[in-house]
Amino acid sequence: MSVQPAATYIDPAMSAQPARKGGVRITDVVKVYGTAGAGVLAVDHCTFDVPPGEITVVVGPSGCGKTTLLNAIAGFHSISSGSIHLDDELLCGRQKLKALPGPDRIVVFQNGALFPWKTNIENVTFGPIMQGRLSRTEAYEKARDMMADAGLRGIEHNYPGEISSGVRRRVEIVRALMNDPKILLLDEPYRALDSLTKSVMHEALLEIFYKNRVTIFFITHDLEEAIFLGHRVVIMTTRPCRPKKILDIDIPHPRDYSVLTAKRFREFMDETAAAVHEEAIKAFAAGEKER
Amino acid sequence: MTEASPVRVLNSDLPLSPADDAARSISPPALVAHRFLLWLKSPRPYLMLVGFTLFIGFWYLAVEVWQLPRFSEMPGPTVVVREWFSRNPTYGLSIFTPEYYMHIWVSTRRVAIAFFLATAIGVPLGLFLGWSERFKQYVFPVFELLRPIPPLAWVPLAIVMFKGSETPIIFLTFLASFYATALNTMLGVESIDVSYTRAASCLGATRWQVFRHVIVPGSMPFIFTGLQISVGVAWFSLVAGEMVSGQYGLGYVINTSYTMVRYPTIVIGMITLGIVGYVTSAIVRLVGAYLMQWRTRELALGGDR
Repeated sequence: MSVQPAATYIDPAMSAQPARKGGVRITDVVKVYGTAGAGVLAVDHCTFDVPPGEITVVVGPSGCGKTTLLNAIAGFHSISSGSIHLDDELLCGRQKLKALPGPDRIVVFQNGALFPWKTNIENVTFGPIMQGRLSRTEAYEKARDMMADAGLRGIEHNYPGEISSGVRRRVEIVRALMNDPKILLLDEPYRALDSLTKSVMHEALLEIFYKNRVTIFFITHDLEEAIFLGHRVVIMTTRPCRPKKILDIDIPHPRDYSVLTAKRFREFMDETAAAVHEEAIKAFAAGEKER
Repeated sequence: MTEASPVRVLNSDLPLSPADDAARSISPPALVAHRFLLWLKSPRPYLMLVGFTLFIGFWYLAVEVWQLPRFSEMPGPTVVVREWFSRNPTYGLSIFTPEYYMHIWVSTRRVAIAFFLATAIGVPLGLFLGWSERFKQYVFPVFELLRPIPPLAWVPLAIVMFKGSETPIIFLTFLASFYATALNTMLGVESIDVSYTRAASCLGATRWQVFRHVIVPGSMPFIFTGLQISVGVAWFSLVAGEMVSGQYGLGYVINTSYTMVRYPTIVIGMITLGIVGYVTSAIVRLVGAYLMQWRTRELALGGDR
């Protein structure tokens, strides 16, 4: 378990910009579902940091409780005890067990949550217009720029149902970035995609990350995806979920697909595969179902 | 439906291709013509024709040629058609008598009023039932208790409660429509994926904005399913109401023709109900397709990708 400071490598894309934000501190968080007597322990005394301006990937077997953790940060669920801070500001803790959802922490959902009844640009401008932060004209202008930047020119006035699922994910990430969030919470966003689309999406996500330097909290059950994307990889035990192993991945950014065949990448895979496999077996034995 | 819709033609190309721009600039009449040609080229109109031919053929053979035991009293298709299109109808009702249109108008007016009332009350009620757990706990048990009571069972009370003959009929017509609309709307709200409401609150929408931008449009497909059912049940509770009271309307025509042994007129009334009922639900369907362009386009592209 290497617990080094995050910046052990030189990262030209990032070192130029100061004042990183979006660090999340998870301290001793416990989540019990159901009543105190007959509850199910989903998260068990979980403590780790999401460093600001980095990609932290949480890996664990399906149904291990990692989504519970993400929902607590986003403010969809309460926690039972412990606390979660965002940039030293209390999100949830002893006094209020449930955080308020807000545009500083935006979730990109497992199955995508672009509103199918709004065009792509209406989706992208939804946040700023609802918050009253930008006028309609300003929001549309900014959206057009950001969509063009992300290679999404020409589909502004289509509906999400008319574009491929890979493109939809990109639109959804742009919709999140329109609000200048401190942290993006991605809940297995590429789970439903085929492996070819997935590899393109990984590179696209990294590109967006290099441009915007937003902190990313990424949940997956795919170890390869985790090591490829993450600065930090947190391997979770099966339910109840607790960090089993925390790794700082010292493969330099910016990364591209050649990393997958690099020696260092294979070393990380070898080092962690056993731990992940062990948890998967435990999960299987415990009868945890695919969600 | 999806096969021949122009939307498919518009969007089957990649959204970025120039062909798409060209398709978008087609004029509406050209689009309608194109759509009609596509329809003619598909097997659908011919299968429809075969279906009608078989149905009317069986009717004709059973009644007029073979004269099967229980069918002998029934009017055959040639008798009905001759009566229906006669300038001087034997039993007094055909497309050339002004009364015929009076009956259609009166019935349609009743259905329209009842349907709009049912929509205006049923949709908001359904939205709130689905949206607020507390509201549902107050209202839904009462709603579920009243819903199984058939409109016909309301006839005596309707006559006691409302004056004249018009309002009781409209009330009876309203009832069944109202239940269908409210229930479907509620189910529509409950069908909305929780991700959408969560996404909206993540993006900073207030509870009211979530209602306006997620709950209402998200339940639209169910609302329009409800409205189609609603307009259908409106017609059949209307006829029940008209058979009990009133002096005009297609239900009245059928009932009085029965007591006065004008059998062909009964069938004319029935066929007319079928046609007018079909037209009204087609209108509801068109309005739905217009309001839910996103869904029409999505379905045209082959559904859930």
